[in-house]
Amino acid sequence: MLLRAAWRRAAVAVTAATGPKAAAPTRGLRLRVRDRAPQSAVPADTAAAPETGPVLRPLYMDVQATTPLDPRVLDAMLPYLVNYYGNPHSRTHAYGWESEAAMERARQQVASLIGADPREIVFTSGATESNNIAIKELEAAIQPDTSLVSVMTVNNEIGVKQPIAEIGRICSSRKVYFHTDAAQAVGKIPLDVNDMKIDLMSISGHKIYGPKGVGAVYIRRRPRVRVEALQSGGGQERGMRSGTVPTPLVVGLGAACEVAQQEMEYDHKRISKLAERLIQNIMKSLPDVVMNGDPEHHYPGCINLSFAYVEGESLLMALKDVALSSGSACTSASLEPSYVLRAIGTDEDLAHSSIRFGIGRFTTEEEVDYTVEKCIQHVKRLREMSPLWEMVQDGIDLKSIKWTQH
Amino acid sequence: MAASSRAQVLDLYRTMLRESKRFSAYNYRTYAVRRIRDAFRENKNVKDPVEIQTLVNKAKRDLGIIRRQVHIGQLYSTDKLIIENRDMPRT
Repeated sequence: MLLRAAWRRAAVAVTAATGPKAAAPTRGLRLRVRDRAPQSAVPADTAAAPETGPVLRPLYMDVQATTPLDPRVLDAMLPYLVNYYGNPHSRTHAYGWESEAAMERARQQVASLIGADPREIVFTSGATESNNIAIKELEAAIQPDTSLVSVMTVNNEIGVKQPIAEIGRICSSRKVYFHTDAAQAVGKIPLDVNDMKIDLMSISGHKIYGPKGVGAVYIRRRPRVRVEALQSGGGQERGMRSGTVPTPLVVGLGAACEVAQQEMEYDHKRISKLAERLIQNIMKSLPDVVMNGDPEHHYPGCINLSFAYVEGESLLMALKDVALSSGSACTSASLEPSYVLRAIGTDEDLAHSSIRFGIGRFTTEEEVDYTVEKCIQHVKRLREMSPLWEMVQDGIDLKSIKWTQH
Repeated sequence: MAASSRAQVLDLYRTMLRESKRFSAYNYRTYAVRRIRDAFRENKNVKDPVEIQTLVNKAKRDLGIIRRQVHIGQLYSTDKLIIENRDMPRT
C-alpha cells in the first residue's frame, strides 16, 4: 500500500514536470525522467522547466503476476475484434458460424495442450472462476464418501511443483475427485489429464502470454464429473457456464495454448539457464541469501529469494527500475508475510525479506544481469544501514537476544 | 512450385531478421531475433524437401505476423526500457 501510494505521488510529479508529447498518447506510468537536451519538435508552450528527456520504463520481472501478450496471440485475436465480430451462439448467419468455428478451434487448441477432449473444456473468465466452478462441485455432490482434493500444480510464490501424477493416482484409487489449479503450469511443464488422473483443472489465459479475462476449466467426461453452474442464463457451454463466449478472448487463449505447446521445450531450456544464472550470480556475491521452496521439484521461472537482514519492501522500493514482487499479487495489499512461506516453515524475519523474481519467454540475459547487479548493489547498501547486520558482523547470535516486551 | 532453394531460405531468414529488428518493444524485438536465429539454426540440416517446404511455409506465415505486429507496436509505442540505452542493440 505504502509502495503504491509513494510511487503514484512520484509519477504524478514526474508527469506534471514533462511537457506535452508530440507522439501518440502514452498512458504508461513514468518512473524516471532522464535529463537531456530538449527535443526540437515540441514547442515549449508550457511555462515549465527545461524540457526533460525520455522517460524510461522498468524491466518486467513479475511474470507470475501476469504475462505480456505474445505477438502471435494478438495477431490471432485481432480479426475477431475488427471484422469477425459475430456472436458464436448465433446459428442463422455467417457471422455466427465463423465466430463459432473460431471458438471450437480454440477449444481444440486448449484441449490439445493438456491431453483432453475438446468436449471437456468449458471457457470461463479466468482461473478464479474455474476454481469456483470446480470447488462448488463438492457442495453439489456432497455425500459421506465423496470429497475433492484441490492442489496447485505449480505454486505462484515459490515455484514449487507438486507431485501431481502421484496425487492423481491416490485420488483415483480412493474414488476422490482431483482438481488442480494449473494457472502457473499450463504450457510451461508437460501436463496430461489422463496420465495424471486429473478430474478438474483450472486454466488462466493471462499467465501463458494470452489475454486477461479468459480462462477455462477442464471437466472430465469419463468417468463423468458433475459440476454445478455458477452463473445461470442461456445455457451456453453445455449449461456449465452461461453467457456469450467472448470469441476474441478465447481465440487468444487457444492461440496462447498452441504457441505454448510448440515453444514449451525451447522456453523451458532457456528459462532454466537464465534462472541458474540469476541464482548463481546473486549467491556468489551475497552471503545469507536463501532460496525458498524445494530446489528439486521446482519450476525454474519462479525464483523466491530471502535476503537476510534486509526488509523486502525496502528492497523492492530500492529496485525501482525492475518490476518485482515479494509474494503473490492476489495478497499484495496486506502487509502480512506470505502464507506460503509461513507454511513451509520460513522464519518470520526471512519471510519479510523475500523477493520473487519471474523469468519468462521474453526475458533476456541483459535483463537478468541488470537485475542481479542492482539487487547485489542495493542489498549491500541496505545491509550497511541495518543494525541487525552490524550485530551479526560482530558475531552476535540474533536468536540469543532478549528483545524487551513493550 | 519448385522446392525452396538454399538461397530462398537464406533470403527468408534475412528478411525475417530485418523485419524483427523493427519491433519497438525491447522484449518482442529481442525474442523475435533470437527465436528466428535459433529456429533456422536448429533446422539447418533438414534434408527432406517436403519437410523443408512445410518449415518455409510456416516461416512465411510467421513473417506476416511479424510485419503486422511490428506495425501495430509502432502505432502504440511507448518509452524505452531502462536498459535500452545502456547496451548496443543486440539480442
